[in-house]
Formats: sequence, structure tokens, C-alpha cells
Amino acid sequence: MNFTIILHAGIATGTVLLFAAIGEIFTERSGILNLGVEGMMLLGAMAGFSASLSTGNAWLGVLVAMFAGGMLSLAHGVVTIHFQADQVVSGLSLTFLGTGLALVLGEGLTGQNPPLLLDYNIPLLESIPVIGPALFQDHGILVYVGYLIAPLAWFYINKTRPGMHLRAVGQKPSAADSVGVNVYGIRYLYTFVGGCLAGLAGAIISLSVSPGWYSTQTTSGQGWIAVALVIFAQWNPLRAALGGYLFGMLRRLILDLQGPRILLGFANPLYINSNYSFFLIMMPYLLTIIALIFGSRAVAKKRAGSPSALGLPYVRGERGK
Amino acid sequence: MAMRLKVEKRVDVPKWLPLATSVGSVVLAFILGGIIFKIVGGEPIKAAKYLFQAVFGSWAVFSDTMVKATPLILIGVACAIAFKMRLWNIGAEGQFYAGAFGASLVVLIPIVPLESTPKFIVIGLMMLFGMIAGAIWGFIPGYLRAKYKVNEIITTLMLNYIIINWNNFWIFDKWSDRGFQMTASFDRVAWLPRLADYAKEFKAFSGVTLHLGVLFGIIAAIIVWWIFKYSRWGYEIKLIGDNPDAAHYAGISISKNIILVMAFSGALAGLAGMSEISGVVHRLQESISPGYGFTGIIVAWLAKLNPFAIIPVSVLFAGLIVAGRELQPAGLSFLLQGIILFMLISSDVFLRYKIHILRTDEEKETT
Repeated sequence: MNFTIILHAGIATGTVLLFAAIGEIFTERSGILNLGVEGMMLLGAMAGFSASLSTGNAWLGVLVAMFAGGMLSLAHGVVTIHFQADQVVSGLSLTFLGTGLALVLGEGLTGQNPPLLLDYNIPLLESIPVIGPALFQDHGILVYVGYLIAPLAWFYINKTRPGMHLRAVGQKPSAADSVGVNVYGIRYLYTFVGGCLAGLAGAIISLSVSPGWYSTQTTSGQGWIAVALVIFAQWNPLRAALGGYLFGMLRRLILDLQGPRILLGFANPLYINSNYSFFLIMMPYLLTIIALIFGSRAVAKKRAGSPSALGLPYVRGERGK
Repeated sequence: MAMRLKVEKRVDVPKWLPLATSVGSVVLAFILGGIIFKIVGGEPIKAAKYLFQAVFGSWAVFSDTMVKATPLILIGVACAIAFKMRLWNIGAEGQFYAGAFGASLVVLIPIVPLESTPKFIVIGLMMLFGMIAGAIWGFIPGYLRAKYKVNEIITTLMLNYIIINWNNFWIFDKWSDRGFQMTASFDRVAWLPRLADYAKEFKAFSGVTLHLGVLFGIIAAIIVWWIFKYSRWGYEIKLIGDNPDAAHYAGISISKNIILVMAFSGALAGLAGMSEISGVVHRLQESISPGYGFTGIIVAWLAKLNPFAIIPVSVLFAGLIVAGRELQPAGLSFLLQGIILFMLISSDVFLRYKIHILRTDEEKETT
């Protein structure tokens, strides 16, 4: 067990959660709750993998994955924005739909070897002791993009004019509408953005972090963890990034615990009986619950973060929404 | 001749309309599913005929379909009571596994000496333990929601992953049968009675796998229908679901009801788990569910949370599950379920709005 290795792996797997969570933050900030992240991510993972296989270009795969995630999210958009359906139920159906589509269209992809996203080093920065090799060596370009996207997303949401419109639509759509902001348009736009980023997160899994197509095991609930991360992060992209990386590191640490014969001076039970690893597999899910408890308490205390129109349909001309 | 859509809000909904939208969504979903099946290279009509045979073709296969419908009825009812309160219990899958684990405890510890205990006591204990285990698995997210406002969708879902790994540990390790990834087969005393057991008396029952669990489902549906229709608790649940503020001002404890409903919902899903291992699998093993917990959500929604409607809808979806085993590619039944649910929630717009198609010249005359 080596800190640099854990940090390195944590950054890579955390990037998946980071993109999915930031996408969901954009969507939820506009007042649309999209619980279909897992479905969009799985579809993205499949589409990216498949497109890279057929075109021979991993970056085309990434584009197709984003497009697939975005298109799927528009189904949620139409149903919740125009038909005013319940956002929770629609999000769940989206998970079913995305999973089903990915499984049907991904038939026969297991075991294929498409071109993957390549890893690069960042000159100069990679020679910083300890963190250099972990943060700036042997990562895909999207990991480096991930470093930039969290602060950029934060700046966009909090400091720019379109970001202000986004927040207004999520907080008080009627007020935003009355000053000429296109509420429906903005909600469609950010639902689409969220879908694209979820699809991108899926492609990062299947083309870079743990390459391959393993049907539902490809994402194994990470989309849901990303949804939880949004609450934990209180709709703040910077906290989402931090949470994503931390979570990624914990996942790696858990894997590494099985290696050594001696752990903290005791015989390692995980080394003796590999069946104890089932308890380790539970850990990310348990940690999600614990993180959510702390996140929810903080949200309840401060009454901050959560967009107040989240989950509510907006109907022009109806009072009180 | 230009046409124009005119949309206006419905004041009252005709009685037949909810049923029509449900049926319409299913039909449309099948057509869409057929088109997708065609695109991926199948022959939808031929496949549909073949599947109908494989699902409803004879008493034996229909009984198989009913066996698959049994857990769906219980889980559908479990989801309906939670959804009525707008509590999103997505963890029926986990509560199902918890119930299977609880029921197995009775046999595998064993809690009572199996040789000398009458069957009805063993079965009764298994039901009790299964329901308690399911209730605990529902109580946890209920408590977290009531106490700390933790989103129950995510906690119930995370608990699904946790219980599956918990069961796996016992199946792979402590209770493993000669290193296989399953426990030893249960003693016959722990098996729910099946129609096939009476084949000696009634020839027609030979090979019919339908077991007593289906009665649990029907009784659960009746009880929950009664709760909704006649009990004070059912009234509180509906009021909280429709208007939590009004419920609060009426002095109804919302936190208490959240915990109660989640535990009750978990208990029903747990009973489904018990019925599955005691009536079908007869041992605890991996993958005892092809996603019953998730299909149950759609069943409840398609039945508009009406406990009686859940029964026929469960049979339809059980047919889909049976068909899913025959269908290639394997994800197709998942896809169909997703499309059905989507059609259904979109069609709700017809319940809320009236849509007229007007010719513009016609409109001129009226205005």
C-alpha cells in the first residue's frame, strides 16, 4: 500500500464521479431532478465503447457517448418539463430505459478491444514530489480536464450572467420568467448538459479507467453514488470534485487492503479468507449512506444549497410555483 | 385547412380514462419494443407468437408465469403503500434479499429442531423472520429519512448492494454447500406446499409448480386495499402523500408514519423473499431475483397504486420475465419495462389536460 498509488487511482476513478456529479449539479440547479444518471452513464459507457470499436477512434467514442447520454436525458426533459410528470418516477424510468438500451445495443461487446484513451504526463508538474506522480503522470486527458472543470463550473454558476439565469430558474422560475428568462429553454439545456456529462463519465469508465464492457457491472451503481455526491456537495461543484476524489481513493484503499499479510500488526483476515472481501465491496455503498447523512444534516441546518424549485414542474401562468 | 391543438385543464377525470391510458401505454410500448427488436435484427411477430406460447401456452407454463408473478404481487403492494405516501422505496430488491436471509436463518441455524417441528410452525417462523428482516431493511432508510431528512431513494438503493454482498458472504463462506456458491437444499419441512405435491390426488396438478406464496400475495393485496379504503392509517398515508402540510396541521405525525410505512413496505418485500426461497429455490443462493424489486416498482405504478390492479399487472410482467429468459438479447425485457414506464408517465398528461384538435376555420366560427 503506497499513498501515491492510492492517490493516483483515486484521482482516476474519482474523475468518473466528478463529471457525473457536476452534470447533475447543472441539471438540478435548473430545478430538474434527474435520477437517471446510472442509466445515462451505462448508455454512455456502451456507446463510447461501441463507437470507438467501430470507428477506431476513442475520441469519436467519447463524443458519441456524450451525445447518447444527452439524447436520453432529453426524454426526461420532455416528460418532466412539458408533460409535468413526476420527476422521481421519470428519472427511475430513465434508469430502466438506459440500462435496457445499453444491454440490448451492447450485446456482443464484451471481450472486444477498441482503441482506448491514451495516458499522458504533464511536464514540469510531474516532478513535484509525492503528488506529482499521482496527479500529473499516466492520466488520461479527461482527468486533467477534470481538474479544470470543477472551478470552471463553480465560476460559471456563481459569477456569470448565464449562471445567474440558471440559478434563478432553479430557485424561482416564475420570477425568472417575469423578467424574460426562457425557463423551459434553460431547463432543457441543462438537462441535456447533465446527460452529456453523465455519458462522458460512462465513456471514461469503459475507455480509460477500467476499460471494457461488462454489462451492468460496468458502472455498478456509480451513477447513484454521483447523485448522492450532489447532495453531499450541497450543489457546489468544488465540493463535488473533492468528494469524488476522496471517494475514488477510498475505493482503491479498500481494494488494496486485501494485499498485505500483516495489517496494523495483526494477521490480515482479508488475506486469510478472501470471502471477507464481500464486506469490503459493501464499503463504498455504506460510505455513501454515511456521507449522505452528514450532507443532509448540513443542508437541513443551513437550509442552503438545495435549489428551492428542485423537482417542481413549472407551468406558465399558474400561481405559487 | 390548417389545424391547431388546443389544450385545456381537465376539471374532472372520466372513470375509464386512467385504465385506458395504462392499457394504451403498454400496447404502445410493445409496438415500440417490437420496432427496436426489428432494428437489432429480430422477427417481432414470430417472436411474440412464440413468447405467448412460452408464457401462457399451457397450464404448466402458465403456472410458471404465476410463480414469477407471486413475488411481483407482494413487492408491487409493498411499493404501492410507500408510493401512496410519496416515499420512494427503491429498495424492495434489497428487502427481498433480506427476507430470504431472515427466512434462511430459521432453517440453517436452525432455530427449531426441524425433524420434530410441525410444518406450519417452521413455515410460520420463516414468514416471521423473513418479514422482520425485510422490515429492518426498510426501517433503516425510513428512520434516516424521518430523523435526518436523508433522501430515501439513495439509501434504499445503497442498501440493496449491501445486503446482496452480505448474503453472498454467508452463501460463499459459512453456509456454503461443499464449496458451491449456495447453501444445502432445505429440509422438505421448510418447503411451501405446491400444487404438484397433490398430484397423487389430482392428476391435473402433476408438474404444476404454483405454491402457497401466491396466496400471501393476494391476501397482502386485500389487506392493503382495506388499509387504504377503511383504516385511519390509510387515510393518514394518503393525506401525507397528497398534502403533507395539511397532514401536519391535522396533527398527524409525519416522521412516525415514514418509519412505519417503510418498515411495513420492507416487511412485505421480505415476505416475497421468504416465499421465493421456501416455495421455489429451496435454498439460499446468489441471484435469487431477476430484478423483482425493480419490476415491482413499475407494476405498482402501472396499477396506479391500486392493490387489486397489481395482481393482473404482475401476471403480465411475470410473462415478460419468463419471456426474458427466452429473448435474445437479454436486456430486451428491461428495455420494454423502461418504455412502458415512460409511456405511462407521459400519458398522465391526458389525465390532467384535455387536448382538442381544432380546424382554424372552425375556431373562427366559434369566436
